[in-house]
Amino acid sequence: MAMNRRETLKSLFLAPLAGTVIVSTGCGSTVSNNSSRITWTRLPTEYSYGRTEIEKLNDQRLFAETYFREHELLTIAVLCDIILPNEHPNGGALDAGLPDFVEFMVKDRSQYKLQVRGGISWLDSFTIDSYGANFLNISEQQRLSVCDQIAYPDNDSAELQAGISFFSLMRNLTLTGYYTTEIGFRDLGYVGNTPNVWDGVPDAVLRRHGKSYEADWLSKCIDQSTRDIVAEWDDDMNLTT
Amino acid sequence: MAEQIYDAIIIGSGAGGGMATHQLANAGLKVALIEAGDFYDPADEAQRTQLRNPWESPRRGASTRLRPFGDYNSCIGGWELDGEPYTQKDDTEFMWWRGRMLGGRTNHWGRISLRFGPLDFKRKDIDGLGDNWPIGYEDIKPYYDKVDKLIGVFGSNEGLYNDPDGYFLPAPKPRLHELYYIDGARKLNVPVIPARKSILTKRINNDRGVCFYCGQCSRACGIHADFSSSTVLIYPALNGGQVDLLTNSMVREITTDNEGQATGIRYIDKRNRQEYELKGRTVVVAASACSTARILLNSKSAQHENGLGNNSDHVGRYLHDSTGASRAAFLPELMDREIYNEDGVGGMHVYTPWWLEGEQLDFTRGYHLEIGGGMGMPSYGFGFAVNQYNQYLDERVGGYGNQLRDDIRRFYGARLSIACRGESVPQYTNRCELDPTVVDEWGIPVLRFDYQWTQHEINQARHMQDTMEELLQASGGIVLGSKPGADQNYGLTKPGEIIHEVGTTRMGTDPRTSVTNEFGQLHDASNVFVADAGAFVSQADKNPTWTILALAWRTSDYIVDQMKQRNI
Repeated sequence: MAMNRRETLKSLFLAPLAGTVIVSTGCGSTVSNNSSRITWTRLPTEYSYGRTEIEKLNDQRLFAETYFREHELLTIAVLCDIILPNEHPNGGALDAGLPDFVEFMVKDRSQYKLQVRGGISWLDSFTIDSYGANFLNISEQQRLSVCDQIAYPDNDSAELQAGISFFSLMRNLTLTGYYTTEIGFRDLGYVGNTPNVWDGVPDAVLRRHGKSYEADWLSKCIDQSTRDIVAEWDDDMNLTT
Repeated sequence: MAEQIYDAIIIGSGAGGGMATHQLANAGLKVALIEAGDFYDPADEAQRTQLRNPWESPRRGASTRLRPFGDYNSCIGGWELDGEPYTQKDDTEFMWWRGRMLGGRTNHWGRISLRFGPLDFKRKDIDGLGDNWPIGYEDIKPYYDKVDKLIGVFGSNEGLYNDPDGYFLPAPKPRLHELYYIDGARKLNVPVIPARKSILTKRINNDRGVCFYCGQCSRACGIHADFSSSTVLIYPALNGGQVDLLTNSMVREITTDNEGQATGIRYIDKRNRQEYELKGRTVVVAASACSTARILLNSKSAQHENGLGNNSDHVGRYLHDSTGASRAAFLPELMDREIYNEDGVGGMHVYTPWWLEGEQLDFTRGYHLEIGGGMGMPSYGFGFAVNQYNQYLDERVGGYGNQLRDDIRRFYGARLSIACRGESVPQYTNRCELDPTVVDEWGIPVLRFDYQWTQHEINQARHMQDTMEELLQASGGIVLGSKPGADQNYGLTKPGEIIHEVGTTRMGTDPRTSVTNEFGQLHDASNVFVADAGAFVSQADKNPTWTILALAWRTSDYIVDQMKQRNI
């Protein structure tokens, strides 16, 4: 299911929307200096993967459900982009459609709902305290500065723990969502999930690791040139073919 | 029109029911096979999950309620089924997995196919606990031999007394992390041998394909190169024309006549919720140990006031599951490894059978070790805690940005894990029984579990933890997480969690202390047979499937013989 990026992009303005509530901080600095768009690849909303009827209905129900407000989805998109930026030859989180994936998983695993909604609110509250505006409406440099504070679990500051938990969840979802796409497979160099004939670890790899196959062990292993010859045994349990 | 009377009605299409269907149909009997779930064929594109890429699912292989082992796992069922509850007595924490599909739980099992050994049938002689089986290895060996040849299993003849040799196909070569394990185990004088799994590394007939090493047996194989009851036993039987398959059919009870002999079954067609009857000369119950007990207990009549086969009050008793514990390690020598396809067969290529038989230990009964690791396909969960191993390299955990890509590659496949599976001691007091107040959505009384581990299992789990830690370290690993202590029962799994429940209708020579004879025939009704793990007297430190298959074949031969002699 290759993604056709020209047809399947979601594009939203980052600037505050009409009606978006920005907490007044008293210093009047609530206007974003960032009015650029954020754009990501849309993921399909219809899938065919060997489902029973009950499962098909469940997936349809999840896709039909709206959980996030636009502000929340935008915040998720910006965080995904920080975690795996698009500026990379293999493409980043937005190229891989991460906001759509995160949205689906949060609806699918309801324990994430509160964690992500609460995490975004925590983040906005934190940046309003620090910079007078919510996370979307501070500068890119300020956003990275906030991430530097919450991206490392070894930071034991009590007031940051909720943010650290939230960022860890976002990092988990972003990486798992990215590496389970075609571009993620390419980035990793994954070469499995295809019919093949396993005939042991490549020799060069064995040498590099100082390992080898013993003759005795190999004698118990399949000679792949005989795999299609129908097995027969003598009465003493010895394979004869 | 004369009413159809089947020679045999077989309840359940898993390993035992599939084998009984195959053998009884081959013998020319007219068979009705009853399955509570739907029809299933992994070769059907509409049901296929094998070889799908993670992005073909919106949740990328994450678990769901109907597929707790991931949404590409082929087994539809799980620990919790809508409309089919079960309950617990006191602080029991039994976990009950039920498959609801043709082939039952043979669709998701690990294909680990281990014969029980001579000692496993006579454990009471060794430690005085539980009971001996009424049969010995010599009685079942011919059937193990036939199962090996009919179904196919790879492995190696090692001449180990209690891990008997068989008619094996050659094993796949070990993967790299398995070579590390082999070296580590040998340092500690712990044996390692090729795994034994019912996966065709070599052709056994022209009907089934040969393994193409996608490593996805848990998704069921479209070319039938691994064993599932449906693909290997039931489809051929259906082709013979002797079998009527009734899917989506939930058995309420086995019906009996004035002499207490079975006359057939009553079941509910789940699609229209209507109740039907089926007539049969014999009934073979193979619904899985606990479901079989439930059906028998629900089959009450004037002749069987406590339920069919339960004059002894032993139906549901001696329920026991394998013990389990697991641990994982980071293998620094596998950092930044070269990436190649090492999917191999589904699961491990090497394992450690129990090696301390006869040693003085503070528990009785053994366990085996299953080895995991390697460069698996990314699926939901891949990349979680992406660089947690940095803590062992004096580097910072966490962060963001493109360096995470380097972390992903650096640690990909640098992991070794061990899962232990052990034998527990059967207990009279560990049981499932009918809950007097709760019914399922079909109005059928449900099971209530009453189960506690004993000190033997807890001490065994402590030994497992010590063993796993030593082996992982000897293999070059840095053991992850903290070692579970006494407050956590040393990481011992909950009863039922390993999905090896056995013993609920155990066989024996004494009708006062057992439910069936050595052929699975009920002491209380000679035309009713149990062909699943309910008939086990004890579990052994082996996975039960190969023994279920061998016993079901033996029971089938007995049924045919008794019919010929007009005894049933």
